[in-house]
Amino acid sequence: MSVQSTIEEKLANNIQALHLEVVNESNNHNVPPGSESHFKVVLVSNAFEGQSLIARHRAINKLLEDELKNHIHALALHTYTEAEWRDRHGSAPMSPPCRGGAKLS
Amino acid sequence: MDVLERIHQQVTENPVVLYMKGTPSIPQCGFSSRAAEALKACGQEFTYVNVLADPEIFENLPRYADWPTFPQLYINGELIGGCDITLELYQRGELKKMVSDAVAGA
Repeated sequence: MSVQSTIEEKLANNIQALHLEVVNESNNHNVPPGSESHFKVVLVSNAFEGQSLIARHRAINKLLEDELKNHIHALALHTYTEAEWRDRHGSAPMSPPCRGGAKLS
Repeated sequence: MDVLERIHQQVTENPVVLYMKGTPSIPQCGFSSRAAEALKACGQEFTYVNVLADPEIFENLPRYADWPTFPQLYINGELIGGCDITLELYQRGELKKMVSDAVAGA
């Protein structure tokens, strides 16, 4: 299974999501074509109600622990409750352009 | 000194510390760059550590506060989060107050 499918499946199975978007952004970075190294996740769930941002991110990092250890170089996380998502008119921030640091690390 | 003690000292002896790839003037990762820009926009001095120049910290920082990625922002010794959280707090107008309060209390 691709890294992307694994991320989608783990998140969908563990967090009741109203909206889940996993985008492979590896093409924007200094890695070979077809890589699965840089991802962006947009997750809207009412399970985040009352949770700090760091608690939401920690929960996702925990679910994706193996992927982060073995495959993922960068993971942009945008987590919202239904009300927060509505306030943003259903859009998440764009990821930043690459600065080449992956090559050095 | 043990590397975890060294990190502990850095984050507790400085009110605001950003662990990043590169430096605020020459960032080497888009996520680090954005986090540094948001902090600069808060208008206070902050400490940064270039993790690419310190392999020991690069290797060990993720286990210090159980956070797998860079950049990492610490205020008053506490992990605030990575790039996305830093940006979100900045956009909500909360980061500037957190940084100013920490610097004022130092």
